Amino acid sequence: MSLLTCKDFLKELNDYLDDATSPGLRQEIEAHLAECPNCWVICDTTRRTLRIYKGTDLYPLPSEVHQRLMEALRRKMSQSKNGSGQSKNGS
Amino acid sequence: MQPELAPSNGTDDAGLVRRAQDGDPEAFAELVARYEKSIFRLARNITQNAEDAEDVLQETFLKAYEHLDEFRGDSKFYTWLVRIAVNQALMKLRKRKTDRSVSLDETFDTGEDTLVREIAVWADDPERLYSQDELRQILASAIESLPPIFRAVFALRDIEELSTEETAQILNLSVPAVKSRLLRARLRLREKLTRYFKRKGDDVFAYL
Ligand SMILES: [Zn+2]
Repeated sequence: MSLLTCKDFLKELNDYLDDATSPGLRQEIEAHLAECPNCWVICDTTRRTLRIYKGTDLYPLPSEVHQRLMEALRRKMSQSKNGSGQSKNGS
Repeated sequence: MQPELAPSNGTDDAGLVRRAQDGDPEAFAELVARYEKSIFRLARNITQNAEDAEDVLQETFLKAYEHLDEFRGDSKFYTWLVRIAVNQALMKLRKRKTDRSVSLDETFDTGEDTLVREIAVWADDPERLYSQDELRQILASAIESLPPIFRAVFALRDIEELSTEETAQILNLSVPAVKSRLLRARLRLREKLTRYFKRKGDDVFAYL
């Protein structure tokens, strides 16, 4: 019989999903999941939530944004080269 | 003459930083190439605004370049960069008074609110129920609905895959505060997605 309550389980959910629980606790969690359908669903759907987010790059860098960044850096670099930026060698 | 910005490969960050500190623009360009995607994504996730995200991206690398001499190597270069980016992104949010949830302090939303409301089994392959565009829209709007500090914690831990300790350091939060916010963020996203991904006719509600 499992000693964990649903509240206990929820507190451990993060570490469990991140594979950061001790083997003993892990066993208790799995025992709870085996007998509690609600927690099983929470665990399963949270894990799948993370998997979907990790598997989808929602905001790939647009190439024009990359171009403008490089432009800005070029300007910055030639500025500091001409000495109008902060000086590395101390003045 | 303009400095060359062609990336050069095959060195670790610390080596590139040292070369960049000695004035090698190619080394800095390589650091940019390594992290611009991550910094942009992070800024976009936190600010929820394309224009702000681009500003944050530029400001982050310009500031990093300007203050490169102050980087001492006691943290990873990437963590240092992320810290700059997060600060810039939070500043953008504070400036946008229209965002009604820009409270970022410790006391925000740490109460004993109900963590789980809707519990429903998901369809076997719920992503297939939607087109790529619809799916992205669903995922993006779920993140957008989170309070900024939750977005930041979720983006750092689960999207950019920083450790809890690094996330705590970057956000000036304690480790337990990061953990509780991450749990809330994950559970809220789970619940938002449940609306779209649940198996038909399978609704269960529970309060834990
Ligand atoms: Zn349970």
